[in-house]
Amino acid sequence: MIETVGLGKTFQGRRGRVDAVHGVDLAVRAGEIFGLIGPNGAGKTTTLRMLATLLAPSSGRASVAGADLFREPHEVRRRIGYVGQSGGTDPLMTARQELVIQGRVYGMNKADAMARAAASIGVFELGDFADRPSGTYSGGQRRRLDLALGLIHGPRLVLLDEPTTGLDPLSRAHLWDWVRRLRDEGTTVLMTTHYLDEADSLSDRVAIIDHGRIVAHGTPGELKRQIAGDVVLVGAVGGDPAVIRRLLVGQPYVREAEETTKPEVTRLYVQDGEESMAQILKLLDSNGFRLKSISLTSPSLDDVFLRQTGRSLRDAAG
Amino acid sequence: MLVKVARDTWLVFQRALGQTLRTPILIVVTLGQPLVFLFLFGPLLKNSLRGIAPSEVFTIYIPGLMVQLVLFGSLAVGFSLTAELNRGVIERFLVTPVSRFSLLLGRTLRDAVILVVPSSLIVVLSIPFGLHVRPAGLIAMLGIMVLLILALAPVSYGLALALKRDEVLGPLFNMVTVPLLLLSGILIPMSYAPGWLRAASWVNPVTEVVNGGRQLFAGHLWNGTVALAVILAAALAAVTLTLVGRLFLRAAR
Repeated sequence: MIETVGLGKTFQGRRGRVDAVHGVDLAVRAGEIFGLIGPNGAGKTTTLRMLATLLAPSSGRASVAGADLFREPHEVRRRIGYVGQSGGTDPLMTARQELVIQGRVYGMNKADAMARAAASIGVFELGDFADRPSGTYSGGQRRRLDLALGLIHGPRLVLLDEPTTGLDPLSRAHLWDWVRRLRDEGTTVLMTTHYLDEADSLSDRVAIIDHGRIVAHGTPGELKRQIAGDVVLVGAVGGDPAVIRRLLVGQPYVREAEETTKPEVTRLYVQDGEESMAQILKLLDSNGFRLKSISLTSPSLDDVFLRQTGRSLRDAAG
Repeated sequence: MLVKVARDTWLVFQRALGQTLRTPILIVVTLGQPLVFLFLFGPLLKNSLRGIAPSEVFTIYIPGLMVQLVLFGSLAVGFSLTAELNRGVIERFLVTPVSRFSLLLGRTLRDAVILVVPSSLIVVLSIPFGLHVRPAGLIAMLGIMVLLILALAPVSYGLALALKRDEVLGPLFNMVTVPLLLLSGILIPMSYAPGWLRAASWVNPVTEVVNGGRQLFAGHLWNGTVALAVILAAALAAVTLTLVGRLFLRAAR
C-alpha cells in the first residue's frame, strides 16, 4: 500500500541545511496498522506529510496507494485520507456542515455527501452534537470529527499524525478501538506516535525512526525478541553506585547493564529474570549493600529503542 | 478541468461565505469605517472644498469612499487566512483533491460579495445628503469595485501565506494601505496637491479607479477615464490572481 525507497527531506534553514529525513525505506502492507515511532523531532511528521503530498520530498521514490508520489500527487490525494495533528475545523461550523463540504470536495454530489455525512456521524458517534458548532466540542469529540473528515470518502489508506496526543485516557482507548475497527474493515493505517504503549498495542508492524533515519522495523514481538531475555531494574544503596554496578555487571547471568536516570538504579539485561532476581538479592546482601528496589519486566519497545539508539524514548520524548 | 475549478471554487465560496455570515461582527466593522468617514468627514468636506458646488462634492467624494472601503476591506482579508492556516484548515484541504486555485478564488469571490454590500449602502445613505447617481452608473461602479476586490484580496492572501503570522501582517497592512489611500485622491482630489505629489498619484492604480468612479457618478457611462479604470482593475486582478494562485500551489510544500 505504501512503498518508499530512500525518501528524504532537507530543509534550508537560516543556520544551514537540516536533514530532517534521510534514506527512509518503508513498506506498508495493505490492511495493516503500521506504527512509525520516534521521539519529537525524529522526522515522523515530516515523513507522513511527504506521503500525504503536503511536503515535496528532496530525494527518493515513493508509491502511495498505488499512485506515484512524484508523478501523480493528485491521484494520491484522491485515494488517501489524512488526519493531521491540529485537525483543522472551523469552530463556528457544525460537524455536519464540515462533513458535507468535505464529501463534496472529494467529488460527491450534495445528496451523496449528506448521506455519507449522516453515516459518519453514526459511526463516529457524533450524533448528539453534530449540529452544534465544533468550537463547543471536547477534545475527544473534535478528534473523532477529525477522523470522520479524513475518512468521509472511504479511502483504502489513512495517515494519522499522533492521533491521541492531548487526549484523556478514556478518549485514547476509544480512539484505539476505532483505529482497530478501521483495520478490521480493510483500511490500511499508517500512524505516527511517540507513545510506546500505543505503538505496541495497536500496530501490526512498526518502524522506529530517530534523527530522520529508520533504526529498526518489524513486528513489535520480533523487535522485542531481539532483546532476548528479561530486564531487571535494581536499586541498591549503601555504597558507591559505580562499585555496585561493577559488581552486578561482573555476574555471569548478566548480559548487559546500563545506567538509568536515577544514580542508584541500574538496568540489567538477563537471561532469566526470576532466577536472576534471587541471585541479585543474595549478592547484594553478602556484600553489605542494601536493596532499595527491584523489579522485573519483559522488554518493551522502549528497550528496543534504547538498544538501537542508546537513548530511552521515554526520556527523549520529554 | 475548468469544470472542476469552477465546482471547487463554488464549494470554497460557500464555506467562506458561511463563515463570514456567522461572524456578524465582521460585517459591522466593515460597514463602520466608511460610515464614520461619511458622517464625520463628509460634511466637513462639503464646507471646505471651495470652487466646487456643494451638490457636486458628494459626486466627487462618494466614489472615493467606496474605493476606500474596498481598499481597506480587501487588504485586510489576509487575517482570516492566517487564522485558518494556524488551525490546520488549509492543510486539511490541501490533502484533498480540491483545486489549489479554487482555494484562492473562492475566498476572493466571497470577499467581493461581502464588500459590495456596504459599498452600495454608502451610496444609498448618501442620497438623502444630496447625492445623485444614475442606476447604470452605480452598477458599473460596483462592477469596477468587484474587479478591484479581485485584484487586491489576493495580495492580502499572498502576504498571509508568506508571513503566516498576524503580528507581522497588521503593521504591513497599514504600511501599504495608508500611502495608497493618501495618494489616491480619495480624501481630497489630487488637483489640490502640489506637482510632485500629483505625479506620485499617477503611479497609484487606485487613483485611476477613483477617477473612473467619479466620471461614472458624474453621469458619463463610458469615456477614456472609465475605460482606463476598468482595464487597469481587470489587468491587476489577472496578475494578482495568477501570481498568488501559484503561491497556493506550493502552499504547504
